[in-house]
Amino acid sequence: MHRLRRTVRQSRPDAIQENFNPSIVRIQGFQAVVPLQPYFGLLAEFTEPEDLVAAARTVHEQGYVRVEAYSPYPVEGLSESLGFTRSRLPLLVLIGAFLGGIGGYCLQYWVAAVEYPLNIGGRPLNSWPAFIPITFECTILVAALFAVLGMLALNGLPQPHHPLFNVPEFANYASTDRFFLVIRADDPQFHETRTRELLESLKPMAIYEVPWV
Amino acid sequence: MSQQPEQHHEIHRPPVLRPGHSLLSVTEKISTIVLTRHTSTGWWIGFIVGFIGVMLLLLGITYLFIAGIGIWGLNIPVAWGFAIVNFVWWIGIGHAGTLISAILLLLKQQWRTSINRFAEAMTIFAVACAGLFPLLHLGRPQFFYFLVPYPATTGVWPQFRSPLMWDFFAVATYFTVSLLFWYMGLIPDFATLRDRAHRWGAKVIYGILAMGWRGSSRHWRRYQDAYLLLAGLATPLVVSVHTIVSFDFAVGIVPGWHETIFPPYFVAGAIYSGFAMVFTLAIPLRAAYGLQDFITDRHLDNSAKVMLASGLVVAYGYLMEAFMAWYSGHAFETYVFTNRFTGPYAPAYWSLIVCNIVIPQALWFRRVRRTPIALFFISLVINVGMWLERFIIVVVSLHRDHLPSSWGMYSPTFWDWALYLGTIGLFVSLLFLFIRFLPMISIAEMRELVEEHDQEGHGQQHAAPPLHEPPVGQEGGTPPDASPEEDRPPESS
Repeated sequence: MHRLRRTVRQSRPDAIQENFNPSIVRIQGFQAVVPLQPYFGLLAEFTEPEDLVAAARTVHEQGYVRVEAYSPYPVEGLSESLGFTRSRLPLLVLIGAFLGGIGGYCLQYWVAAVEYPLNIGGRPLNSWPAFIPITFECTILVAALFAVLGMLALNGLPQPHHPLFNVPEFANYASTDRFFLVIRADDPQFHETRTRELLESLKPMAIYEVPWV
Repeated sequence: MSQQPEQHHEIHRPPVLRPGHSLLSVTEKISTIVLTRHTSTGWWIGFIVGFIGVMLLLLGITYLFIAGIGIWGLNIPVAWGFAIVNFVWWIGIGHAGTLISAILLLLKQQWRTSINRFAEAMTIFAVACAGLFPLLHLGRPQFFYFLVPYPATTGVWPQFRSPLMWDFFAVATYFTVSLLFWYMGLIPDFATLRDRAHRWGAKVIYGILAMGWRGSSRHWRRYQDAYLLLAGLATPLVVSVHTIVSFDFAVGIVPGWHETIFPPYFVAGAIYSGFAMVFTLAIPLRAAYGLQDFITDRHLDNSAKVMLASGLVVAYGYLMEAFMAWYSGHAFETYVFTNRFTGPYAPAYWSLIVCNIVIPQALWFRRVRRTPIALFFISLVINVGMWLERFIIVVVSLHRDHLPSSWGMYSPTFWDWALYLGTIGLFVSLLFLFIRFLPMISIAEMRELVEEHDQEGHGQQHAAPPLHEPPVGQEGGTPPDASPEEDRPPESS
């Protein structure tokens, strides 16, 4: 049963760092995913956000790259301490705004001046001041859609399950008042004992192995 | 509603969050309201009252579809009646939610945190109620989709130069963006509910809605970026929506409509009525669910100030309308105004002045701003006043316009009232469903607030002796257990 479930995991593009990077094998023509590591990673639990930020910084400075920190609310400086300083989202929203604005105006122009021209009191067909309100609304609409859907897409959501939820402490308290740091087992620097020692030196409340299933 | 005995006498402003809360306590307090199995009798009574309203609405709509809009009190010259009055009223109420969520977020007003969620819910439900009316008013509502620009076999396209098309785009955009904003704010809270729910069904449903949110720092970073950008986008949007609604009138040539002051005056009126509705809902809610720790007297005080300020802008609008009518020397414009305060609808006009201008002046007094029951009644009065304002703009302007031979009167029928009360019922029942099934205060944002207060607390413990020696402006010294929040430098209000 375990083996079966393991093979069901879908491969995903690894654009998002914290999703897995398992090795892909082919068995009888099916593409399946078999994790090479015995477990997903090592998870350290903290009670204070400051400790988590400090721990994240230390781990990042030690050269670990497949690291992620979890908090029940956005903690200032946490993503920066992991080296994540710029998100591409603002650019995406700007593109959405341009698309919406240009698309909205072009639609009105095409309808009013090309496809269905109506002569109203001899006024110009491309009566642009009258097209501004809808152009504006379309700009906002498409930009807002890009902001929300772009956020979800860049975050790799929806993703209903994740190995971290196999740790009961994570599943129960990560969204309430606990702070977690995970170092994934597929990190190039990962070493079963050295990584564990590093985490222990950060004085967490507890350390868990994150099982695959 | 006897929860504020000692706070009246304090010189300090009440905190935005009562001291003593931890991450766990705010999470528990808010999520238990939703996750508890027990549904209170009060909830059932409120919901059933709302549901009766929904039935009335369905009855009104059914008969309208069978018989047509002749069942309303409409006539020529008054071809816009309750449907448009109610549309403008509801959409105005829908403005406070986005204002609180977006503009106050950008202005870094911390006190918005505990009221933004249900103000956003209120926005969505109010816009949904508003959106019904133009459709019902169409006469042939089955063809409402003619408003959508799509390649029809008839070859006919919408007229984009018409304010009614602008209105359609503005309201549709506003509804969509408000919904996105609301849902996005809910995602981390859905994750909390998923993790805290005991029942399998609740876990699955909240789990699906949470989309697998797990609070990763990279996710939070993009989430915050998106939230801030959305706030930045919603801010001009909220201003544009009521501006465009006012164009429905101002672009026409009817005296009493054709005025350049309409856009700002409509936007101010929208904020005014929106905040009034926030009070109408928040005050009973916080009493019923014991949320005085989160929705403190500070929130009421600040919101009352916003309400007073927007009310004064509205008063300025009334004054300018009257001044321009006189100053223009335009016979019809002048007549419309004298007709407002001496004509057949004069009682409505004077009630409007009392409701929107006279009574709200009580908000100048701090004592009133910190008395929930007084605020509640003032907010009801303003809700009525803002409805009357729209009635006067729509009906009183139309009933005597340029052509005296076609003057007429408008009186609403049972079906007019049925639809109006019906949408109130719809609004109420949606709100009751919301407070039962969704967290009415943003849990994630409350956690941030707890943490900020904690940090300020730590900072003060270290820095207390040198910095806080003279207890300036404090009566009788500071009690030893005074909360650190009380000493915070005042935020801008």
